[in-house]
Parts: sequence; C-alpha cells; structure tokens
Amino acid sequence: MGRNSRMSNEVNAGSMADIAFLLLIFFLVTTTIDVDKGVLVKLPPWSEEEPETLELKKRNVFSVLVNADNQLLVRGDLTNVKDLREKAKEFIRNPNKLDNMAENPNKAIISLKNDRGTEYSTYLEVYNELKAAYRELREVESQRKFGKMYEFLPRDKKKEINAIIPLVLSEAEPTNFGEEK
Amino acid sequence: MAKFARKRGKDSPAISTASLPDIIFMLLFFFMVVTVMRDSTLQVANNVPNATELTKLEKKSLVNYLYIGKPVEKYQAVYGTSPRLQLGDKIADISDIPLFLEEHRSGVPEKQRPGITSSLKVDGEVTMGIVTDVKTQLRKSNQLKVNYSAKPRVD
Repeated sequence: MGRNSRMSNEVNAGSMADIAFLLLIFFLVTTTIDVDKGVLVKLPPWSEEEPETLELKKRNVFSVLVNADNQLLVRGDLTNVKDLREKAKEFIRNPNKLDNMAENPNKAIISLKNDRGTEYSTYLEVYNELKAAYRELREVESQRKFGKMYEFLPRDKKKEINAIIPLVLSEAEPTNFGEEK
Repeated sequence: MAKFARKRGKDSPAISTASLPDIIFMLLFFFMVVTVMRDSTLQVANNVPNATELTKLEKKSLVNYLYIGKPVEKYQAVYGTSPRLQLGDKIADISDIPLFLEEHRSGVPEKQRPGITSSLKVDGEVTMGIVTDVKTQLRKSNQLKVNYSAKPRVD
C-alpha cells in the first residue's frame, strides 16, 4: 500500500507526446499557407456631384479602350495586349520628344475605359500591363538616380521617384454595348 | 581512466525521450499560430486570372473577401448561371455590401481600420458589368483599398 501511494505521485507523461502529436496533425491538416496576392488599386472616392471637367492637352492623354470583344484601342489604333506595355512606356517617357506624346512623365495620364461586356481577365491584363510599364520606368529612374533597385530604396527615395513618374490612371464609367454573361 | 571505461561498458544509457513532448509542442504552437481556418466554402466558380504586378496581402485580419463568379453546378438551380457575388459563405446582392463591410470593420481595432483592404476574387470569365457595380458600391461605402486577387505569372 505504502509502495503504491508513493508511485501514484508521478503522473505518467509517456502519452503526452501522443496527445501533442494528435493536435499537431490536426493543425497540419487544417493549415492553408496560401498567401493572397493580387493587383492593389486605390479607387477614387465617390461623390454625388458631377466631376468637373478638366481640360487636358490631348498629347498628355494615353487612352485605352477595351470593347466587349476584348479588343484594345490604344490612342485610336487597334493594339495587341502584348504591345501595350511598350507603347505606354514610350508614351510616358517620350524619348524622341515627339509632340504627340507626353510633355513630361508627370503630366502623362492614362485613361482606361471598358465595356460592361469586357471579360474581367482582359481588364486585369490591361491594368497589369499599365502598372508594369510604370514599374519598369521607375526601375530605370531609380537605377539612374540612385544606382539601386527601386525595391530596395528607402521610403523617402521611393516617394521621390514616384513624384517624378506618378501613376495617374483614370477609369471612366464603362460603356454598355456588349452582352453581359 | 580505467574507472570510467568500466562504467560505460556496464549499462548503455537509454536516450531520454522526456523532451520529445516539448519539441512536439513547439511544432504544435507554430502551426496553431499560422493556421487560418477556411472561413467560407465557395458557391461560385473562382478561377482568378494571372498577373505579374502582385502585392502580397500581409495582415489577414484586415482583409475582407468578395467572390464573384458563376454559381457552381450544385447551386445553379437556385441562383441561375449568371455571375453572382458571394459574401462570407452565402450568395448575396450588391446592396448587402455595406453591411458586410461594416460587420468586418467592427471587428477591427480602430487604429487599424484605415488599412482594411477588400480582396476581390473574381473569376476570369466574368464580364465587367457586375465587377463595376461592386466597385461602385465599394466606393460609395468608402472602401477604397481594393486588391484584385490574381495568381502569379512567369513571363
């Protein structure tokens, strides 16, 4: 008897590992380590009043129209999505100082208009290409100015670059010609 | 010296497993912390398009999810085949968005509220009509940080 009571003072911890394993496996199974990634955008605030019409010089506006058949009209020309990035970059930078392209990168405005029947994947691809054009231009500017990759610049220097090449993308109310699916 | 050698030869020491539970617990805690339980079952088709200019959404507690797509086969009898919006785990109307956002917002500490992002998980085949309506509603609700969810593409 005396021997028994002395033994019961010790709790058997041998199964502790099994219990922990069980919990571990449960959490292993329920864990999803998929990170959500996407194209981050900032929508313009809503206002009830009609927006005031700004008079812009035509040369500073890069208009992109997408119709319900997912075709692109860039500044009046039918364009393939693949060529959009290069076109946008050329327009913003205007290396040859042409008088039908942006006066200055900070005056360039991208105007994007689509139809209600445009496929979402096309829209996102266009948006992605325009964003990529800006990213590449900023990268070049960053290399030229600081000799560093844009990604690794401190915040204030990033802001400086962003001020030189600001992303101004205006989205118009979509047209309503195509069939919605 | 001889004394030590004799002792070692007599009883081979058993490996102590006493610290095994601790190691397992450590792993357990790691997984407990990183686990996010799947909070909604999808009732709409959701195959997001590919893109390259991706931003990672860091704080999951600051993100609310809006799914848009065609209802899956099981629900087509009820909801039809045209694209619908899913909030949480049920199919909803555009007009339900403000309440949905407010419900999420109330669970976020006030300081962090400006960082709330809406993740739009839109099926690639959906047309822009419904997406535009959702965007307009988000703007009206003053939820301006939006993330178009996409898969990475290598090019």
